[in-house]
Amino acid sequence: MELTLWTYEGPPHVGAMRIASSMEDIHYVLHAPQGDTYADLLFTMIERRGQRPPVTYTTFQARDLGGDTAELVKKNIKEAVERFKPKTLLVGESCTAELIQDQPGALAKGMGFDMPIVNLELPAYSKKENWGASETFYQLTRTLLKEKVSSSDKISPLRWKELGRRPKVNILGPSLLGFRCRDDVIEIQRILSEQGIDTNVVAPLGASPDDIERLIDAEINICLYQEIAEASCEWLKRNFGMEYTNTIPIGIKNTIEFINEVHEKLDLPLTNKEELENKSKLPWYSKSVDSNYLTGKRVFIFGDGTHAIAAAKIAKEELGFEVVGLGTYSREMARQVRATAKDLNVEALITNNYLEVEDAMKKAAPELVLGTQMERHSAKRLGIPCSVISTPMHVQDVPARYSPQMGWEGANVIFDDWVHPLMMGLEEHLIDMFKHDFEFVDGHQSHLGHTATKTEDFVNSENKENKNIKEGIIWTESGRSELTKVPFFVRGKVKTNTEKYAILRGISEISDETLYDAKAYFS
Amino acid sequence: MSKVEFNKETGPREVFCGLTSIVWLHRRMPDAFFLVVGSRTCAHLIQSAAGVMIFAEPRFGTAILEEKDLAGLADAHEELDRVVNDLIARRPEIKTLFLVGSCPSEVIKLDLATVAEKLNKRFLGQVRFVNYSGSGIETTFTQGEDGALKALIPLMESSNEEKLLLVGTLANNVEDRFKKIFKNLGISNIESFPPRQSTELPKIGKNTKVLLTQPYLSDTVRDLKHRGCEIISAPFPIGIEGSTEWFLAAAKAFKINELKVHEITSPLIKRAKLALESHKEILKGKRLFLLPESQLEISLARFLHNECEMDLIEVGTPYLNKDLMKEEINLLPDNTKIVEGQHVEKQLDRVRESNPDLVVCGMGLANPLEAEGISTKWSIEMVFSPIHGIDQAADLAGLFSKPLRRNQILTTKTLVTH
Repeated sequence: MELTLWTYEGPPHVGAMRIASSMEDIHYVLHAPQGDTYADLLFTMIERRGQRPPVTYTTFQARDLGGDTAELVKKNIKEAVERFKPKTLLVGESCTAELIQDQPGALAKGMGFDMPIVNLELPAYSKKENWGASETFYQLTRTLLKEKVSSSDKISPLRWKELGRRPKVNILGPSLLGFRCRDDVIEIQRILSEQGIDTNVVAPLGASPDDIERLIDAEINICLYQEIAEASCEWLKRNFGMEYTNTIPIGIKNTIEFINEVHEKLDLPLTNKEELENKSKLPWYSKSVDSNYLTGKRVFIFGDGTHAIAAAKIAKEELGFEVVGLGTYSREMARQVRATAKDLNVEALITNNYLEVEDAMKKAAPELVLGTQMERHSAKRLGIPCSVISTPMHVQDVPARYSPQMGWEGANVIFDDWVHPLMMGLEEHLIDMFKHDFEFVDGHQSHLGHTATKTEDFVNSENKENKNIKEGIIWTESGRSELTKVPFFVRGKVKTNTEKYAILRGISEISDETLYDAKAYFS
Repeated sequence: MSKVEFNKETGPREVFCGLTSIVWLHRRMPDAFFLVVGSRTCAHLIQSAAGVMIFAEPRFGTAILEEKDLAGLADAHEELDRVVNDLIARRPEIKTLFLVGSCPSEVIKLDLATVAEKLNKRFLGQVRFVNYSGSGIETTFTQGEDGALKALIPLMESSNEEKLLLVGTLANNVEDRFKKIFKNLGISNIESFPPRQSTELPKIGKNTKVLLTQPYLSDTVRDLKHRGCEIISAPFPIGIEGSTEWFLAAAKAFKINELKVHEITSPLIKRAKLALESHKEILKGKRLFLLPESQLEISLARFLHNECEMDLIEVGTPYLNKDLMKEEINLLPDNTKIVEGQHVEKQLDRVRESNPDLVVCGMGLANPLEAEGISTKWSIEMVFSPIHGIDQAADLAGLFSKPLRRNQILTTKTLVTH
């Protein structure tokens, strides 16, 4: 049993709903009690969808449990098929139905329908939303394509040459309630088409069962979000020999690497290599003098695997930040996140507990947080600027404007979204210069509405919290006064380091000199 | 009783379960914690309905059942013990802990009553434990509050003191207004249930006169009756008419002259009617379809027809307690169509066929109906807004006139949705 006050991911059947709602001509009969319909509002309110998710809830009640819930399932399946006439039917159960074991998938298959039926078994007590989405997309792909496995030859990535046409690829993984998927798809399709590559199918977003059956008309698959599409890409590779890409095109370097990878796989010559560097404004904006102040900005990153890993790379290599924390709630991607963290000399935080993330954030004393909507709230409480880079989705994460994360325009969006919450370069200089003037309010951040942190409160509260390790250490008048002169966003770190240093040296009173000694010691 | 048409319907539903009521109950009692014993779905439901992220640490949470908890119930009880211990260590300010049953905990027959009993012994004098079910297989949306209140009744001490007990969660400002009005009427001993602190439960007995503020408290009413309380029969204090009748019923129970009520309420009514006018202008003659969800539908329909002159197409209600709703149904116009239960698809067919001007529905249905060109009002807003009483009548009407007013401003009837 796990105490949860808030969770990054919903249950696995919500993942299945994401796939069903992303697609056309699909219906999902979910064996579930009343109340589980709450999930509809994720789509209709957060994504502002003008259609209901294509889901029928069997709505069993306590009084049905003694009787025949299986009949109820069949009645709902029959009605749903007659009413919605889906081309493919998904049948599954939510957490409670899993306990009563009616096996709705098997029941559906026994009802004599012509359409393909996908029996979804998503263990609600051990798995979560992204896993459920991945498994659903995989089972759907497998059901619709398995009959073609034996009759098809292995698909060569070079087949387009023999067929005398432009190469075709599938873009797999974008779904509803995925972070900026709608716009990422447009951006990636644009990039591919500039390179002379056609998109065969985008799935699940906007695809129908017929489109899934056409997946094998393409040469390779673009695995755009590993959380959702890797299992399907792997199955298509194993059974049809279709290669798939591993690079996620977020950031300039990754976008170029992605384009390279696609070209290599297709054996298509890359003719505009030099041009690629200039497709986005990010490299120049990052190089321009105003961005000097970005150098070494301490950044804390937490999100899903795909976006957290990409953010770490952009932060370090493209914006010149220092990554002081990296973590994910995607257990399925823990290995990759750990590897990235190791390269950055930080310890990866793999957790589904937002309070642990908040604690780690506090300890790392970052100047910028890149996280989910939950980290935005935590950062707000700590007075740290934040930009949202990952699901879980919030209505703010579905902006009206075109706003991808991937490709060239994605890099532009990222530059703006990450840098604007910080103070602009010149502004920071000015604030630094004038911070001892009486007009200056500590924590003032020009256009930003952040919570100002009062120095005294900060020093006191920190003292209270860290009592146990700081037994017997006193801050003298001069030490305190010097500490208030340190910019507030690194004050916590300086304070901790100075105290650490004092303990190390057996110093019981911290003066201004101790602070400078510690600074020299740790630099 | 007016000639109202009663219908029953079963099928797939689009309603919240009783767990959702935690969202307002925890705000009402800031010294209580609500621990759902359930699944990730329960946790996700509550956070989706409540906008949990605004809290540093919310006063509700879910003990999420895992595979190993399903294997052996003995272990599940031990696990729950551990979770509760951790929670109390973390939140020492908590005075009452509600163990809330869910669909999965009910199906595996996790005995929360026994767990609560054991914990009560261990934490005697520190924290009190009560349990109830908010599961979707037994409760709908607001019914969760019925369960929570019923669970508190055994903790209420007995007293034969004469008092007026307002039962059902009210917004604090509305509660204060009501108490002031009752004091002016000459009723001085007034208490509320649930109270603002979970430890300050009112004492009850044969001289307690219960006046319900909410229509979804069937079980609570039954148990209060068993404790000797007198239940005052009245419509609910929604709108001017309902609220006035409600005050009159209370006055009668306390043998206060009717004229005194009119003397005190008439300036309020005059003021409220004036404020209602601009909304009535918009709502008058408009056709209303209410889908079942909050259980407030019948009272709302009565208000919107009798005071705002809307036409009622259909009044859905998740369930119907004819006894509790008797006074409300009497005030409905003849031939009102009440539908108890739901088959959401068939009901939506009727919505489309009847071409209503406004539909009251849940959040899952609102935008899809808007996209079809049908104006909506989410029902969940009724349980989060102060809507009770004469003074709030215009605000309540405003919740319904606003979408229509907005439609007049934005002229495009159907939009492409992406």
